[in-house]
Amino acid sequence: MSGLATYNFAYLDEQTKRMIRRAILKAIAIPGYQVPFASREMPMPYGWGTGGVQVTAAILGPTDVLKVIDQGADDTTNAVSIRAFFQKVANVEVTTRTKDATIIQTRHRIPEEKLTEGQVLVYQVPIPEPLRFLEPRETETRKMHALSEYGLMHVKLYEDIARNGHIATTYAYPVKVEGRYVMDPSPTPKFDNPKMHMSEALQLFGAGREKRIYALPPFTDVVSLDFDDHPFTVQSFEKPCALCGAEGVYLDEVVLDDRGGRMFVCSDTDYCEDRRAQGFLGDQGVPLKEAAE
Amino acid sequence: MYVAVKGGEAAIANAHRLLADRRRGDRVIPAIGIDQIESQLSLAVDRVMAEASLYDPSLAALAIKQSRGDMIEAIFLLRAYRTTLPRFGYSEPVDTAAMRIERRVSATYKDLPGGQLLGPTFDYTHRLLDPALQTDEAVETPLTRTPSPENTSRVTDILNGEGLIEPDSSMDADHQPGDITRTPLDFPMTRDTRLQALARGDEGFLLALAYSTQRGYARTHPFAGEIRIGMVEVEMDLPELGFSVPLGEVRLTECQSVNQFKGSATQPPQFTRGYGLVFGQSERKAMAMSLVDRALRAEEFGEDIVAPAQDEEFVIAHSDNVQATGFVEHLKLPHYVDFQAELDLVRRMRAEQGLAHANTQSEQKEAAE
Amino acid sequence: MQDTSIFTGGFAEPVLQGQAVFRAVMDCMANPGRIKDTDGTPSAPGGVPSAMAALALTLVDHDTPVALGKSLRASAFPAWLAFQTGAPMADTAFDAAFAFFTRADGFPGFEGFPIGSDEYPDRSVTLIVEVEALEGGPEMAARGPGIRESAVIAPKGLPADFLARWRENGALFPRGIDLVLVESTRLLCLPRTTRLQAREV
Repeated sequence: MSGLATYNFAYLDEQTKRMIRRAILKAIAIPGYQVPFASREMPMPYGWGTGGVQVTAAILGPTDVLKVIDQGADDTTNAVSIRAFFQKVANVEVTTRTKDATIIQTRHRIPEEKLTEGQVLVYQVPIPEPLRFLEPRETETRKMHALSEYGLMHVKLYEDIARNGHIATTYAYPVKVEGRYVMDPSPTPKFDNPKMHMSEALQLFGAGREKRIYALPPFTDVVSLDFDDHPFTVQSFEKPCALCGAEGVYLDEVVLDDRGGRMFVCSDTDYCEDRRAQGFLGDQGVPLKEAAE
Repeated sequence: MYVAVKGGEAAIANAHRLLADRRRGDRVIPAIGIDQIESQLSLAVDRVMAEASLYDPSLAALAIKQSRGDMIEAIFLLRAYRTTLPRFGYSEPVDTAAMRIERRVSATYKDLPGGQLLGPTFDYTHRLLDPALQTDEAVETPLTRTPSPENTSRVTDILNGEGLIEPDSSMDADHQPGDITRTPLDFPMTRDTRLQALARGDEGFLLALAYSTQRGYARTHPFAGEIRIGMVEVEMDLPELGFSVPLGEVRLTECQSVNQFKGSATQPPQFTRGYGLVFGQSERKAMAMSLVDRALRAEEFGEDIVAPAQDEEFVIAHSDNVQATGFVEHLKLPHYVDFQAELDLVRRMRAEQGLAHANTQSEQKEAAE
Repeated sequence: MQDTSIFTGGFAEPVLQGQAVFRAVMDCMANPGRIKDTDGTPSAPGGVPSAMAALALTLVDHDTPVALGKSLRASAFPAWLAFQTGAPMADTAFDAAFAFFTRADGFPGFEGFPIGSDEYPDRSVTLIVEVEALEGGPEMAARGPGIRESAVIAPKGLPADFLARWRENGALFPRGIDLVLVESTRLLCLPRTTRLQAREV
C-alpha cells in the first residue's frame, strides 16, 4: 500500500490523458458533436464536475494559470475543492481573475468579461444530450443527431409557447452549432448563450458520468433555437448589481431577511470585485478596501 | 451593508476535520484495525471488491474504515484508486469447474456428482440476535471435508449433456473481450460487456430488478441450477514465455440459473441460462445478476420486451451506484444561477397571468355596468 | 543488424513534453491554418520529421491502430513506433486511427481510410502528412470554425488536385478525415470543417 500516495502530474495516467486528448481533437473537428470517451472514476463524485476535471487534467500544463468557478463564483465550495485538487496534483498556478487565466473550468456560468484568444473554457456538463428529456434512449437520440432530425426539440419549445406564451426553458437552452448539431450548452442560464457565439476562446465540454466530450472551436457559429414570431431573448434585470452597480450582467438574488427583503448582486464574483476595485459602487456596496478590513 | 459570503476553503478544511473526528469516534475505544475489518467484516469487504472491480481485500477494508462503513463511499474510494493503476494485460478466462469449492448448492437436483455442500451460509440460521457475540467468546474450529482433487462438474454441463439446456454461449473466435472501464458503453451491448456491467452493478438495484422478474414483470421461470463459492486460480498468458503463469487465487461466487424457454419454430424447447459471477462470497448478488442477465436476453430469444428488467439501456445505464450516487447527490451543489432563471420566469408568468386575470375581471365589470 | 535507433528519440520528459505537443496540436486544430512549433527533440528513423515523431509519441498507443506510407513501412519506423508507443499496425487502412506519410511516401489519397459514420463521425482517421513546407506554396483562403472570417494558408507540396479532394472530404460532413501537415518541427491542422479556396494572384 506504500505506492498509494503517488499520482501522475494532473492525476490522470498518461494513457488516459491520450485517450481524452484524442477525443478532444475529434470534438474540435466536429463542433457540437458529442464524442464518446472512456471516462474514468475521478476522486470526486460523478455529477460534481468529473467530466470538466478530466478535460482540464488532460490539457493542463505547468505554465497554465487556472481559474475555477461554480455559479460564476470562485469561492463556492465545489470550485474551491476543484481548484485545490489541481493545486495539489499539478502544482499549477491558480487565479480568480478571468483575464489572467489560460484555462477556466466552470459550472453553470460563462464569465462576464469577454474571453480572449488563447483562453480555454472548460464546462462541467451533467447531461450532454440536449434531446435526453424528450427521448430517454441513447439509441434513439443518436439516430436523431445522425439524421439531423431535430423536429422534436422545436415541437417541445413550441408547446411551451402555446402553453405559456414563452419558451419556458431558462437554462441549458439548446443551441445549434454551425447549422448542424443541436447542442446542450450545459446548465448555464440562457443569458450566457450569446457569449458562446463567435467566442475567441476555445470551449470544451466534459460530461464524466455520461462519458461525452464536445467542443466549440473559437469563432464558431452558435445560435439559440427560436422561432420567427418568438425570437430568442435573454433575461434582463430591473436593477443593477447592488454591490458594483453593473448592468447587463447576470445577477443572483440574495435573501436578506425572512420578511421578503432581497438584493441582487453579480453572479460573477471576479467581475464584481474588479468593478468595485475600479471604484464603481452599487446602492448597497462598500468600497472594496473597507470590505476587506 | 452586505459582504459576500467567503471562506469556502476554511469551511471545507473544518468539515474534513470534523469528519475525521466522527470517523474515529470515542477515543477511549480502540481504533478498529484494517485486519479486523478484513477478517471479521469480510462480506462487506467482498461487496466493496465486487462493485469496485478490484480484488484487494486489505484496500477494500481500508476503504470501509475510511468511509465509516458507508459501502457505496467505500466502493467509490476503491474504484477511484483502481482507475489509476496501469493495465499490464488481461487474464485468461477463469475455470469455475476447477474451483476449490467452499459451498455448492443446486436446487434442481437432490443429489449430484460432487454433492451438495452448504458451506458458511446464513441460510438455516435462526435470525435471533446472539448475545454471545457481545463478548469475544471462544469459537470452535470448523469441520471441513478434504477437498476433492477432481473438478466438480457444473449442473449446466450435466443438463447440456442431454441437450436439455442451451450450450454455454460463445463469442466469435476473433472477439476481443470488451472492457467497460476502458471503452464507453455503446447500446445495444454484447453479452460480455453487459455481464461486466452487471458484475459491478449495485447489489440492491439488481436485487430489486431480479425480484420484479419473479413478480411478473418479465417472468422467466428461473431455477437456481447451481450456486458455487470458492477459490479459483487466475492465470495470465505471457507471450514472451509461451505459457500461462498463475497470478494467485480469487474467491468467486457463481450462479447459473436455469430458465424456461418454450422453443420457437426453428428451435426445440430447451432450458436457457442466466449467468452471475461476482468477486467474493456474494450469493444474493450472483443470483440477482443471473436473473437479470436472463431477463436482458429477451431480444435474443424473441421475447416481448415489456418490463424494466428486460430493458438494457434502462438497466445498465442505472446500475452503477457510484454514478448514481454522484448524480443524485450533486443536487446539493449550488444551483442558484439556474434557480434564479426559473424564479424570474415563474414571476414573470405569474405577473402576466395576474394581469390577464385583472383584465378579464375589469372587462366583466365593464360589461356588467 | 539490430537497429538501435528504435530505442532512442522518444520524449525525455514524456508527461510534460506530451502535454506541450498536445496543446500545440489542440491549438492548431482549433485554429485551422495556424502554424505551431514543437520542441524538436524527438527523432525517429525512416526520415520522419521531428514534429511527426512528436505527434506519434503524443497521440498513439495500444488503443490506436496505425497505418503507414509505403516507404515508412519499409523503414525502421514501425519498430520505433512499436517500441516507443506500443501502437499496433492496422490490418488495413480502414482500421487505422492515425496514418503517417512522409514526403518519400508521397501525399496519400483519402480513400480507403475510415471517415466515421453519421452516428459516430469521430471514428475517423487523422492523417499526419509531411509536406515540403507549411508556407510559400500557392495561397488558399480558409474559412470555417476556428477562423475569424478567413485565413490564408500556403503549404507547399500538396498534390495538384488537393482542393478538389478536400472539397469532397468537406461534403461528407459530419463524416470525414482530419489532416495534420508537418514540416520539420512544425505543424498545421486542417479539420474536416475547414473550407478552402484557391486565391487569385
